[in-house]
Amino acid sequence: MDYLLHIFIVFLIYAIFAISLNLELGYTGLYNFGHVAFFGIGAYTSALLSLAGYPVTLGMVGGMLLAGVLGTLLAIPALRLSGDYFGIATLSFGEIVRLFFLNERWLTKGPMGLPGIPRPAWIGEGVAGLPRFLIFCLLLTVMVFLVTRRITRSPFGRALKVVREDEYVAQALGKNTLSFKVRAVAVGSILAGLAGSLWAHYISYISPADFTLTETILVLLCVVLGGRGTNRGPILGAFVIIFFQEVIRFLPIPPDFGRFVAPLQGMVYGAALIILMLKRPEGLLPEYKQ
Amino acid sequence: MLNIENVTKSFGGLMAVNDVTLQLDPIGIAGLVGPNGSGKSTLFHLITGFYKLEAGAVYFKERRISGLSPHIISRMGLVRTFQQTRVLPFLTAQENLMAASPVQAGEHLASVFLQPRKVKLDENKNREKAGKILEILNLKSLSHHLAGRLSFGQQKLLELGRVLMAKPKMILLDEPTAGINPTLIRQLVAVIKGLSCRGIRIFLIEHNMPLVAEICTKVFVMDSGSLIFSGTPAEARRNSRVIEAYLGREDHAA
Repeated sequence: MDYLLHIFIVFLIYAIFAISLNLELGYTGLYNFGHVAFFGIGAYTSALLSLAGYPVTLGMVGGMLLAGVLGTLLAIPALRLSGDYFGIATLSFGEIVRLFFLNERWLTKGPMGLPGIPRPAWIGEGVAGLPRFLIFCLLLTVMVFLVTRRITRSPFGRALKVVREDEYVAQALGKNTLSFKVRAVAVGSILAGLAGSLWAHYISYISPADFTLTETILVLLCVVLGGRGTNRGPILGAFVIIFFQEVIRFLPIPPDFGRFVAPLQGMVYGAALIILMLKRPEGLLPEYKQ
Repeated sequence: MLNIENVTKSFGGLMAVNDVTLQLDPIGIAGLVGPNGSGKSTLFHLITGFYKLEAGAVYFKERRISGLSPHIISRMGLVRTFQQTRVLPFLTAQENLMAASPVQAGEHLASVFLQPRKVKLDENKNREKAGKILEILNLKSLSHHLAGRLSFGQQKLLELGRVLMAKPKMILLDEPTAGINPTLIRQLVAVIKGLSCRGIRIFLIEHNMPLVAEICTKVFVMDSGSLIFSGTPAEARRNSRVIEAYLGREDHAA
């Protein structure tokens, strides 16, 4: 039962993370390969603030704000690059942030990571706090869902799609494409920061190894599998991926082969992504009807 | 209304637009013609800010617009279409038009959350206007179809409709009738004439010479990047340099 609660909490955190990437990838057409950086910035900021004695809520807000500010600061120069080059710029930003966590020991304790990150006082530590942490995550996921749905259904969301479909047309129609893209990345980064801070307070221990490119690929898979450019798609994607990950643990794998499971998992994700792009690029819940 | 002064642009060693100077008055329909590769579309790109000028300047309503971003030029009321049809394929016909409205309350994130009433009113007005334009263009029944699924001619009409949503004072049309059937051409011409009557200045690139002669009051002819003629369509047909540009020099002919 506790295990099921755990899976649901991880699923909800990834749902928020996937929604945040979908705003950039699905609605605006931006391939942000360094999205995990903002998840990490949210996690570290919130962890460090709460370890320094500030309330957890303040830490989480701080994590979101810093992720949003750094996202905006990255987006303004990086979005002057077109398409693929934006992907490369964000990819390197993700690595830089991870290396910062790894090397700035005075702040992040480097590879040792940060243990003992507290949860909000009303939730409580350990297994006893799981049901309340689940409710906390559920409330936040619903809020994030409603906020992004409001954004994507507004004229702002429509303009994001115009930018995605044809940047030149957007400009010819008087849209400041750079401004729309920067705002999409800013909101995406804030929400990724929220997911990251939830992660830190839930797991209670974070280290630079949690924020690698693999995480970005995983959340990318959630978005593409579920359905880019839809509000429900990323949630469904996160659900399928996280449960798949957990089901693997129960497969009757002989102990001798145990060491192959982790690398195989990565290969399965890669293969799944390639097959999806070839056979069903619109995902499980397509944005538009056939 | 539109003054182009000594505008020049080259790509590598090729002079795409070479020292072009022309003025457009605030009324009527003007045509820009010339053989393929003579620099017409490049000139449009230069006027609307999609290309940077190498030399010269462009003025729109006495304001210098060369050097400004395309979206700012568009917001000043100088709106264009592209030579290749570019609808937004995964948005519906109605959404294509509504997205084209230039200043929308709902495009500010703060207003989306703090002034939902204002956004909704604005959006309703926008939808109504899009509906009217769809009706004019005979596309009303296709409002909720994805634009990518419309026929080529319908997409051309939709593109024109999108320009209308942008509250233009002057429209640059890059080959509006290329590749569409005669019936749709008549419909398109009727819309263009109607706009002109409402005081919107039209400047169009067109290869269909009888059509240019029918609707344009003034015509500019380009060849190899240079402006070689400006005058009425009737004069253009008698001008020896224009005939040369289209048919080739006699001493080159075998």
